[in-house]
Amino acid sequence: MQFFFEVLIGGLLAGVMYSLVALGFVLIYKASGVFNFAQGAMVFLAALTFVGLQEKFGLPLWGAFPLTLGVMVLLGIGIERVVLRPLVNQPQITLFMATIGLAFFLEGVAQLVWGTEVRRLDLGLQDEPIESVMERFNLLISKFDLVAALVAGLLVAVLAVFFNKTRIGRALRAVADDHQAALAVGIPLKQIWAIVWSVAGFVALVAGLLWGARNGVQFALTFVALKALPVLILGGFESVLGAIVGGLIIGASEKLAEVYLPSLMSDFLLKHYDISINLAGIEGWFAYMLALVFLLVRPEGLFGERHIDRV
Amino acid sequence: MLYRESGQFKTSYAADQQLFPILQDRIGVLTLLAVALVAVPLLASDYWLTAILIPFLVFALAALGLNILTGYAGQLSLGTAAFMAVGAFAAYNFQLRIPGIPILVSFALGGLTSAAVGVLFGLPSLRIKGFYLAVATLAAQFFIPWLLVKVSWFSNNSSSGVITAQPVEILGFVFDTPVRKYLFVLVVVAVMALAAKNMVRSAIGRAWMAVRDMDVAAEVIGIRIMQTKLIAFAVSSFYCGVAGALYAYAYLGSVEPDGFNLDLSFRILFMIIIGGVGSIMGSFLGAAFITLLPIFLDIVLTDGAIWLGLNLPSGTTSMAQLVVFGALIIFFLIVEPLGLARLWQIAKEKLRLWPFPH
Amino acid sequence: MAWKKTVAAAVAAIACIAGSPGAIAQQAGTQFIGITGYRVGPYGANGAAFFGGFVDYLQLINQRDGGINGIKLSGEECETEYNNAKGVECYERLKTKSATGPTAIHPMSTGITYAIIDKAPTDKIPLITFGYGRTDATDGRVFPWVFPIMSNYWDAATGIVKFIATKEGGDANLKGKKIVLLYHDSAYGKEPHAVLEAEAKKLGFELKMIPVPHPGNEQQSQWLQIRQYKPDWVINWGWGVMSATALQTAQKVGFPREKMVGNWWAGSEVDTEAAGPAANGYYAASLNLGGKGYPVVQDIEKIVYGKAKVGSNPKLIGTVLWNRGVAAAMFTVEAVRKAQEKYGKKPVTGEQVRWGLENLNIDAGRLKAMGFNTMLPPIKVSCQDHGGSGQVRFQQWVGNEWKSASDWMKGDSALVRKMIEDSAARYAAEKNIKPECMGG
Repeated sequence: MQFFFEVLIGGLLAGVMYSLVALGFVLIYKASGVFNFAQGAMVFLAALTFVGLQEKFGLPLWGAFPLTLGVMVLLGIGIERVVLRPLVNQPQITLFMATIGLAFFLEGVAQLVWGTEVRRLDLGLQDEPIESVMERFNLLISKFDLVAALVAGLLVAVLAVFFNKTRIGRALRAVADDHQAALAVGIPLKQIWAIVWSVAGFVALVAGLLWGARNGVQFALTFVALKALPVLILGGFESVLGAIVGGLIIGASEKLAEVYLPSLMSDFLLKHYDISINLAGIEGWFAYMLALVFLLVRPEGLFGERHIDRV
Repeated sequence: MLYRESGQFKTSYAADQQLFPILQDRIGVLTLLAVALVAVPLLASDYWLTAILIPFLVFALAALGLNILTGYAGQLSLGTAAFMAVGAFAAYNFQLRIPGIPILVSFALGGLTSAAVGVLFGLPSLRIKGFYLAVATLAAQFFIPWLLVKVSWFSNNSSSGVITAQPVEILGFVFDTPVRKYLFVLVVVAVMALAAKNMVRSAIGRAWMAVRDMDVAAEVIGIRIMQTKLIAFAVSSFYCGVAGALYAYAYLGSVEPDGFNLDLSFRILFMIIIGGVGSIMGSFLGAAFITLLPIFLDIVLTDGAIWLGLNLPSGTTSMAQLVVFGALIIFFLIVEPLGLARLWQIAKEKLRLWPFPH
Repeated sequence: MAWKKTVAAAVAAIACIAGSPGAIAQQAGTQFIGITGYRVGPYGANGAAFFGGFVDYLQLINQRDGGINGIKLSGEECETEYNNAKGVECYERLKTKSATGPTAIHPMSTGITYAIIDKAPTDKIPLITFGYGRTDATDGRVFPWVFPIMSNYWDAATGIVKFIATKEGGDANLKGKKIVLLYHDSAYGKEPHAVLEAEAKKLGFELKMIPVPHPGNEQQSQWLQIRQYKPDWVINWGWGVMSATALQTAQKVGFPREKMVGNWWAGSEVDTEAAGPAANGYYAASLNLGGKGYPVVQDIEKIVYGKAKVGSNPKLIGTVLWNRGVAAAMFTVEAVRKAQEKYGKKPVTGEQVRWGLENLNIDAGRLKAMGFNTMLPPIKVSCQDHGGSGQVRFQQWVGNEWKSASDWMKGDSALVRKMIEDSAARYAAEKNIKPECMGG
């Protein structure tokens, strides 16, 4: 039982890490209807810029952070101006492809500027088990993951306040609801988009720092986006809450499945069909399958908006 | 002047229902085929054949398959490479395990296997749409290569999971040199492209387009949504499966499941977006563009640096290539969101009036 | 108007490619070396280090010695992005660039090796797969054109078992021990399965194999299983981000890094530096030692970077993968030198280089003369044995560098040899190849 809880808690905490990345997707999709595949590249760019600045100018953490944030904001504004504005009113798939092009572009630029070397990102926080819990319950909980979960919680709280209590936030929600109507009541759509992309850049920076501290800052950071996609379909593309809840569900079930399912399936095959096969490693697709099955029941995701088609 | 359809009267139903109703188009297609069948093998070097033309044709076929699904039936899929993998591994196993089976039959069976898998992963499309569906097809993209790696039976228990394609032999004639392989691929692709062209204007093709444009409306006028969508998945996966088999047999020779990764799926999606969604011609144009562009960039940037006498730090050109590729994609989507096929249409309209546009 | 530009660009592209093979005339009389490299993508960091060292050594031969016996080297690198299809395109492009072909190709990717392995004999281009690729190609009678030089994956796997045995105090002590193989879930990760299972049966240890799905940036469930299983040792068969994550996660679950052994693609600075202190104590098998303490490395630093200023990246000098690139380039150069002995001092063709490779004999004296000293073991290639050594050496990460942790050692070479011959014979039967030595 202790092992089960360990896996469950580990999974939930890992899920929070997925949610962090998924948040960026949700923000952009909500406000501009763009499925931004470049979010992974933005995470990579943010983390790389951060360590690059640290390395080059010997900046401390609190010095590099605002500078990198500045870069991400500029990037958001730039993307709105150069990519989104000319593509207004194009079909979603065209915008999606444009963001894949953008991903290539950002990956290339990031490495052109900072090089391809793998770098370590030190947040002054070791990924170690919390000893007191370890001693008392023999339960493994990572210090790092716990802090990451707190950061994610804080981020969601800040975003919630931003969306619900500020003028810009209200404008954002109006835009998300109906572009045309928002324009009609005088909300500057272009500005709003630039802001949303900047906020997504900020989220990418936070995600990049945490993921980078875990795995090192390297190209593989772009792959964290793939972990966020099932979270998105499960939680719904438009829901911040969905990103968090979806992340928790995906994280926990993915880890539990990886630990328990393959051996069950292997035993079953061996017993009934006399086939000996090691089926471990289902994590790569399990989350997608889970999301797929879930969608069959609720096609708009957990917290997504239901669209009604009219002829 | 030259490209004018006025005066070409159709006096029979047969004439009205031709694949290429305009005389000039017929001449054009025949010339193109003749050039591809005769002139190219005579003129092209081995490099052109093996490194550019064969992959171009293979990718064009895969793009065609995806275009049927995405362009005609409106179902976005990110699992193209997985269906190619199914085709390649199925063809390999049929060839391996059924003695004396003709290679083309293996290919067809490979395609059918892929179609069956496609239908399976197409089932969710009955419930979900748009990006939800796209992300759901990623399940196929990750699941299938995993299964192919796990179950070593698929790769005939090779220690690494890599399969080596058997020689392509038809009636005792072995397609082993680049020219022969090229001709083999060309014939398969040409036949399947013409079949696709025919299919999209048939009842099922029209049903696809109706579903694409508005599925609720299509249902109202009596189109069976389920059947139509699943047929689209089946046909599309069949094309991708055959493309995968060609990829293994005529292009690479040895393939591993991991070669059929998400990047390949994206590459093919790029082809149809750049080429033109919902256009047979566009699949070919897009495949040409996406196959040639990286090679072109590579050569220009590498040689350009040499000509200019720049001593760039190594790797800079590789990175610059990525940047330019991404930028060009965006640029292209902005300039011509409807793809290269649209340019071709504009050119045709201009040709109609040329040389007296007023 | 924009589309006109696009069309113009497309036309220019086609014109450029049409004229390209041979467009930049290779200086006549040079030995052209074609390089299929990668410096972008998920393994770009690994590629940049390896090919950086590779090119730097070629530069050294030109700058210091004026080429090989007066024959200057020229070269061109084509970016494969670690992608099989692009690798084939690069291979096809490079093979036509010079009258003597690309000398020998180092694909640096198992996938690309497989994709061009059947093309090499027809094109008469030798492939050098230094520590990767098809293991059974070590049997040169079936694979005359492929050279998995020095050691292969099965040497690595049995070598690691041997190393663990010495740490445990002898083969007998392995009985009843628990070893986990943590592997990249791909063709590469499947390579050691059969040989490790055979070893487990022979030596009586318990083997558990745990796959990590690509790319391996999340390993919570794998390591919780390891924590539950409480193995004595973990073998890390990783590549790219997977290794750094494995080390980090090992720390997270409190598994001692001193009980982890990686293979040689999981044992470079790329893997450990990203993991920070979590990597301390981690062992890895290696094909070559890292560090700058070799005359050849110092020569490169002095001549290529200092005087000629054509070096690739000063930060990489002396890293494990960079040194490996230097060693790989040395094999090509020495094969050319050997071929020149027989065929005369002029640019040599692929066929001649193949002969040179098959008769390559680099003993300790030669290594010292070239300034490699102990970075590599002596290598003697023959038709039966395209590896020529089968040795590995272990290094330990001590926080800022890799320190040698063993002498050159061999795993269970009899077992490996038998498996190679079995597998090669199967391939020969499948492909209707009559195994025989090619000769000169």
